[in-house]
Amino acid sequence: MENMWQKDIETMPRADLEALQLARLKKLVGYVYDNVPFYKKRLDEAGVTADKIKVLSDIQYIPFTTKADIRDTYPYGLFAQPLKKIVRIHASSGTTGKPTVVGYTKNDLDLWSDLVARLTMAAGASDDDIVQIAFGYGLFTGALGLHYGLEKIGATVVPTSSGNTEKQIMLMRDFGTTAIVSTPSYALYIAEVAKDMGIDPRKDLKVKLGLLGSEGCSLEMRAKIEQAWDLFATDNYGMSELIGPGVSGECTYRCGMHFAEDHFLPEIIDPDTGAVKNRGESGELVITTLTKEGFPLLRYRTKDVTSIDYEKCECGRTHARMAKPTGRSDDMLKIKGVNVFPSQIESVLISVPEVGGHYQIVLGTKNYMDTFEINIELLDGSLLTKYSELENLQHKIAFKLKTVLGLDAKINLCEPKSLERFAGKAKRVIDNRDK
Amino acid sequence: MITKQISIFIENRKGRLSEVIQTITSQNINIKAISIADTTNFGILRIIVDDPEAVAVQLKTINLAASLTSVLSVSIKNKPGAVGEVLKILADNNISVEYMYSSLAYSGDMGNIIVCVDKEAEGEALLKTAGYSD
Repeated sequence: MENMWQKDIETMPRADLEALQLARLKKLVGYVYDNVPFYKKRLDEAGVTADKIKVLSDIQYIPFTTKADIRDTYPYGLFAQPLKKIVRIHASSGTTGKPTVVGYTKNDLDLWSDLVARLTMAAGASDDDIVQIAFGYGLFTGALGLHYGLEKIGATVVPTSSGNTEKQIMLMRDFGTTAIVSTPSYALYIAEVAKDMGIDPRKDLKVKLGLLGSEGCSLEMRAKIEQAWDLFATDNYGMSELIGPGVSGECTYRCGMHFAEDHFLPEIIDPDTGAVKNRGESGELVITTLTKEGFPLLRYRTKDVTSIDYEKCECGRTHARMAKPTGRSDDMLKIKGVNVFPSQIESVLISVPEVGGHYQIVLGTKNYMDTFEINIELLDGSLLTKYSELENLQHKIAFKLKTVLGLDAKINLCEPKSLERFAGKAKRVIDNRDK
Repeated sequence: MITKQISIFIENRKGRLSEVIQTITSQNINIKAISIADTTNFGILRIIVDDPEAVAVQLKTINLAASLTSVLSVSIKNKPGAVGEVLKILADNNISVEYMYSSLAYSGDMGNIIVCVDKEAEGEALLKTAGYSD
């Protein structure tokens, strides 16, 4: 049996867990009805009251909440407690207009750090670890979320934040850092910079655990990071609207991310019709926060596409596991009429050893048609003997992409380290198409 | 006669060749021969320098993708038919030429060509027997 932060809860028999979820769901419906005028109106319109919820599947009668709802009620419209009770505010970057703002009561913060404690222990972290947090601190939930959860399990937290990579590496070596929290792309970048400084992360650094998050990471990308650092990486899932990191996370068996199901009730729906899908089917993840006080959400549409496995895990946990999201229904690109997730493109690119892990997807319009190009850095100098070998490499990548996506892409080989690096979420898609 | 050529990957965009050459020469490296052909979105810059191994390492540290290739450096007379003679020796012995270019270095009436062949050791032996040198 693995180390667990709250073993009684994490291994609770499913029948008990579902009874707990039902009781909490009923309470939640009454709570938001009484405290948030927005939900009162929505629930009245739908004719749902707390006593109409008899079984968990009755949740399907509750209306969805969307990101647009949060934006429309900016900044405090969905808070269920007065600001007097709110002790922390976070916000997610608004790429379009206003940010989405969330508030936490003292109890919420305590819950949050418990949830992060669960996921970090599930990933293998302990009070022996020295953890460098290379997420950007600030309104973003990632850094502070991991920070307090890791402190809770007794780890030594080094809050370096993101950026200033050389100093980051120096501290890592001098402090004997054993675990790192960062985005996958930043983890890869730090390893690159370390090598330029003459430091081999595999030999000269002691980082053995990577808590990667905040952006998607293909299995191939993860293997590349593990190889560069000689570390064990786990994935976790969360979003600021829901609480931040702590919604779900992988155990060391890495067969899906365990939800904290006593606090979050997940569903999978058809993104087009809103109908709940059968167990095991893939679709959009919808989450209801069962216990949050400051910013509760009813059936929040995450836009992430995944599936849920309810089988008990080898680690002993009974809480359901979500698959790595195949993409965001938001991120999904429609290229020449074909639905494409950037993660699919990444899987292909990472499988080609001659090119690096940094790439750009460039879309444009020519003669009213979409153009699809990929810029990727050449790593391997051995192909420079002949033009034909470089051309073969381009053809090889294009062929693999065609196999996976059914689309022709133009592959542009770029010089090493010529593409932009990101300390936070990587921006890999450049969409110049006529709108 | 067999010498190491450095091949450098260059993106095809305005001014990039100039930048790369500036970078190379700012490291006090003297380019003795140089070649680049027109292609679409990237090019391979081929150069001959003194101490190519050291230079190749140096170029990698400044983020250029570079590799070493064995080529033949052959001195020839500045007279009609000189290039043809070298090529004929190679062709008659079933050695194929991948590409070639000429050197920037001249001394007296002697010039110098760089030839990339499929069997460089054999090519070197044949040309040496025929009286050619670096």
